[in-house]
Amino acid sequence: MTHKVTRRGLLTGAVSAAVLGASAKSAHAQSSDTTKYPGGPPTELGLRSPHEPLRRPTTGRVVSRTPHQDLLGTITPSDLHYERHHAGIPEVDPATYRLLVHGMVERPLMFTLDDLKRFQAVSRIAFLECSGNYGRNAGPDSKPEQICGLTSQSEWTGVALSTLLREVGASPDATWFLAEGQDAAVMTRSVPIEKAWDDAMVAYGQNGEPIRPGQGYPVRLFLPGWEGNANVKWLRRIELSDQPFMTREETSKYTDPLADGTARQFSLTFDARSIVTRPAYPEIIQPGWVEIRGIAWSGRGAIARVEISTDGGQHWTNARLQEPVLSKAHARFRHLWHWDGAEADILSRAVDETGYVQPTREALRAVHGRRARGYHLNPVTGWTVRPDGHVFYKEEAPW
Amino acid sequence: MVRRHQTIAVVSAAAVVIAAAAASGQTQTAGVDQPDQFGFGRPATHAEIEAWDSDVRPDGHGLPAGQGTAASGAAIYLQLCASCHGREGMGATAAPLVGAAPESTPPFGPRYEAWRGDRPDVPFTVGNYWPFATTLFDYINRAMPSGAPGSLDADQVYGVVAWLLAKNGLVADDAVMNAETLPEVEMPARGIFTPVER
Repeated sequence: MTHKVTRRGLLTGAVSAAVLGASAKSAHAQSSDTTKYPGGPPTELGLRSPHEPLRRPTTGRVVSRTPHQDLLGTITPSDLHYERHHAGIPEVDPATYRLLVHGMVERPLMFTLDDLKRFQAVSRIAFLECSGNYGRNAGPDSKPEQICGLTSQSEWTGVALSTLLREVGASPDATWFLAEGQDAAVMTRSVPIEKAWDDAMVAYGQNGEPIRPGQGYPVRLFLPGWEGNANVKWLRRIELSDQPFMTREETSKYTDPLADGTARQFSLTFDARSIVTRPAYPEIIQPGWVEIRGIAWSGRGAIARVEISTDGGQHWTNARLQEPVLSKAHARFRHLWHWDGAEADILSRAVDETGYVQPTREALRAVHGRRARGYHLNPVTGWTVRPDGHVFYKEEAPW
Repeated sequence: MVRRHQTIAVVSAAAVVIAAAAASGQTQTAGVDQPDQFGFGRPATHAEIEAWDSDVRPDGHGLPAGQGTAASGAAIYLQLCASCHGREGMGATAAPLVGAAPESTPPFGPRYEAWRGDRPDVPFTVGNYWPFATTLFDYINRAMPSGAPGSLDADQVYGVVAWLLAKNGLVADDAVMNAETLPEVEMPARGIFTPVER
């Protein structure tokens, strides 16, 4: 969505009225030369330019999507981070918030929010992605946010889950833990305990401030590189066990039925993926130099390279990666392209540090079959540039 | 079915080093190692754990006392569940719960494709895609009905579970579901799930 912003509209708006004195306002109204009148004061809360009405498309109480076509770097502004809720956003009082850690431990403990913040803290920049982040049936008039708007990136801060497991005296026989939220879904997921000893985090910070209600305020589980649903928000309980609990989400929901008649379970780590975010629908580009831009990420480590094709996959060239390229994080890639005005198909293909190559839709369909439920799909996607400069999502064969 | 994960030993940290450094008054230049324990938090009481620990495992651990049958669950289902899930467990706004491919379970894979032909697709349901009956109790108990989650008592949950299982043809109409019988229910989808090896 776009808002038409006029200078007159700005001048008569509440912001300028509050900010400018009457004389300054009249001077302002007569000139667009901002060097000729004093500007406004700072505000307690920084605001975006009214010329940049960034928005997330939302669906009911369930989903909001990051508008990747409008973003420029690798950090997703917190208010544009995607959300996927199973029973709405609860209002949790930080004063009464408690985290219980129990099960196969020597000392079941109850932590307040202040307790958690007293522990040795860690921070990490990483992506967070929903398992169902591929618009399988997207039409040509689809924006990047509709193809893969369910991934976002933040700097997360909290206490390493391993620190809490030491605090409670985790049994060496514990092989899984259950994470439970305090939303109305009382969301539960089982997580292999290696993740706790590796890089799992009990997070209370996002991009330098307390995490937002839609992200689990005051505390969420954060599992770098692993499917979003297991990153339980509004975390209230962790129970150590010697087996998975087989909750609804990890059995009948976030599993992958395959063409061979079996179903993958606990496919927690995201494979490498990329998407070109510009040029993309609904842009109209001009012949000449065009910088192709996008993001690439992998749950298994750092992106090693991103390959770009401008001829529908016949030839590939390495894009430039913006440093630093972080493990389990969105990396930004850019590639200069001189467009001659002929129809062109732009594709991107990510390769991660394990050597894994982002697959084609056809390859994924062969494994997942026609009845794929749409989870954990990471195909190469692209954009078609028409000779008139209009850019459309590249047409795909029916799934 | 589920792989056992190699357990990683808890690494002991260096509380001794910290104590020694504090005693000597020396400046730490490379940081201080994390202690085994910080001493933060307080012991959780049995009552606190009981209040939140409602999870039910496939082996039946966590199932409470109580019981229900399809008959006892039918009225509850009709009153609290049917508006979203449909009177027969299908055909309403929420995901269908009842129904299985008559010639092929699960509702996907080569056998299913061969059976399906020009027929409409069979939905994923309790009868053809839920591997454990215990999960039904756990989920309904914690999260249903969506307008008043956690409001059903154990007998009511057992009743709704029994109704769903009977509707899917997995237990007899008069089968009693309780902590002993529920984990024993054979679910058609039990064998299809394979954990991804990492």
